[in-house]
Amino acid sequence: MVRPLGILAGIGFVAVVLWSLMWGVVAYVTEPHVPSVEKAYHLHPKEVAFSFEGPTGKYDRGQLQRGFQVYKEVCAACHSLKFVAFRDLEQIGFSKPEVKAIAKNWPTETPSINPATGEATTRKSLPSDYFPAPYPNDVAARAANNNAVPPDQSLLAKAREEGPHYIYSLLTGYQTQPADLLKKYPEAKTPEGLHYNPYFPNLNLAMAPPLAADQVTYADGTKATLDQEAKDVVAFLTWAAEPKLEVRHTVGWAALIYLLIFTGLAFAAYKTIWADKKKA
Amino acid sequence: MSFPWAQQYEPKAPFMRYLDEKLPLPRFVYNAVGAGYAVPRNLNYFWNFGVLAGAALMIQIVTGIVLAMHYRSDGGIAFASVEHIMRDVNGGWFLRYAHANGASMFFIVTYFHIFRGLFYSSYKPPREVVWLLGLVIFLLMMATAFMGYVLPWGQMSFWGAQVITGLFSAIPLVGDSLHTLLLGGFAPDNAALNRFFSLHYLLPFVILGVIILHVWALHIPGSSNPTGVDVKGPQDTVPFHPYYTAKDGFGLGIFLIVFALLTFFAPNALGHADNYIQANPMSTPAHIVPEWYFWPFYAILRAFTVDFILPAKLWGVLAMFGSILLLFFLPWLDTSPVRSGHYRPLFRKFFWFGLIPCVLILGYCGGSPAEEPYVMISQLATAYYFAHFLIILPIISMVERPLPLPNSITESVLAKYAAHAAPAE
Repeated sequence: MVRPLGILAGIGFVAVVLWSLMWGVVAYVTEPHVPSVEKAYHLHPKEVAFSFEGPTGKYDRGQLQRGFQVYKEVCAACHSLKFVAFRDLEQIGFSKPEVKAIAKNWPTETPSINPATGEATTRKSLPSDYFPAPYPNDVAARAANNNAVPPDQSLLAKAREEGPHYIYSLLTGYQTQPADLLKKYPEAKTPEGLHYNPYFPNLNLAMAPPLAADQVTYADGTKATLDQEAKDVVAFLTWAAEPKLEVRHTVGWAALIYLLIFTGLAFAAYKTIWADKKKA
Repeated sequence: MSFPWAQQYEPKAPFMRYLDEKLPLPRFVYNAVGAGYAVPRNLNYFWNFGVLAGAALMIQIVTGIVLAMHYRSDGGIAFASVEHIMRDVNGGWFLRYAHANGASMFFIVTYFHIFRGLFYSSYKPPREVVWLLGLVIFLLMMATAFMGYVLPWGQMSFWGAQVITGLFSAIPLVGDSLHTLLLGGFAPDNAALNRFFSLHYLLPFVILGVIILHVWALHIPGSSNPTGVDVKGPQDTVPFHPYYTAKDGFGLGIFLIVFALLTFFAPNALGHADNYIQANPMSTPAHIVPEWYFWPFYAILRAFTVDFILPAKLWGVLAMFGSILLLFFLPWLDTSPVRSGHYRPLFRKFFWFGLIPCVLILGYCGGSPAEEPYVMISQLATAYYFAHFLIILPIISMVERPLPLPNSITESVLAKYAAHAAPAE
């Protein structure tokens, strides 16, 4: 009884899905294939090497500090970093007094309550505070940025496919719109207030090119080219998103060595125990 | 145990004798996974995966219980509480990455386990109930994994929940009410998140219970084996301990190495970047995809694009659930008396060149955007999937002429070792 019913049900499902397939094929054959402008002009992130990549990857403390400087002087004007606290900066090589000074002098103050009146106010930040957001809320952020909310940067390096490469490509990838794009897709001209960048999924983004050569002056004497600034801030953002990367790699190697020895011994035990059963 | 020659539990220490009279738990363990369980001597590595799936469940339960101590199931702070685990909880990053990748490992070994069952027809009598209970475990796993993926309350959590619970609204008449009832609202929100968390904590223990039944049902007829020939005498079996505990120990080592590689060196490789963006009901991700272990079923869901008497969406939902439900009827669809695929020339061709590529293609298409040519390819693969189980398999089992079977397990084992030994002599 199961088999005839099964065959009937099978024929039913197969017929219906092939019916869908037929209409799909008809549409595929009859409708013109014009790739969307995004499909035609969107670029895959650039190849670029970072010290934290690979199974032995480590952050470069000097680079993280330079990247922090770029965040502080450029990105922080619009982008929050809400899951990172000032105290976390000790992990990238700042001393306790330095962290205290950074927190105290941070341009945006931490929201607070006036102890005398109970009214909302702000105060200087402490090392235990998280980085205060540059805008009080999304509406304010939207109003100030051509109707786009600058995304929080604490997880950005993990929240995009190939995050570090993507951010690097975006920062260094601004260009004028190609002439042949405008010829083929005249309606796709970058609207007023947006900026063309082939690494951005829909090609036009609200953020103006944020970095340029010599945008910052590095204390350690590193030449502040656009490429260098972009790499540094990407390293910092990757650390912000994945602060435990180094300990993860260290523990990983220890675990792997332990497991290789364990598995080797287990294999030897298996072969020994079975020796008398695996003979002709 | 069903074989009369299986070793008997004989407590030696006085306390163990006392315990055996009052609560024979050591005897139970001895008969379940000790020397008291006689197992065919010719099992290959595909027979490792049941134990590995059990190990994966235990890892999920242990890491999950500790994670639950730090997680908050409130839509406003769930996402932040996961970041708190990742940054401030001691070893929290390890717990969370182990739990997320542990789910993938659980599905990988379970898929190998199901593959073993399909190729060697482990579902055939006398082990139908073992198979049916296994499918119940699989369904529970899918529900648990789906709800677990919602908990971090990222973009893919939210929109995955939206899409999957939305499937229930395809049911005629009661669909919309059922959808609202399941979510506790009109869209995923606090009510849904809280009940998902509650069920996500409950279901693993239900799975554990069904696993006990699964293993119990297995122990009545005993394990099957790669020849599919029944055990005929003591020479065909070895005691589970130490023979298969040793082999499973080695298997566990390999499993843990792969697990460690994923967890420590590529913890986000199997996840989706969008889930590191906090859930936002106002912004839909460009491509909503479930976790990789759901991709084949997601492809089947999306393969039905045209209304045919019923709405296309309802067909998709029926087919997606049907693709798993039909497996419950497998023992009665495939009636060939020969179990092992090694001795079934026709079955083996359709299995290797039909079913396996078909499922892999469905998986690939399910993870790709819903556009051509992926939709057309998944439609073809879906058609084959249903045809394979519901039409081809019953017909094969009627027309196929199986190859001659070995007379016994021991004979096939000895022939194999003789063949290996011969060239050396």
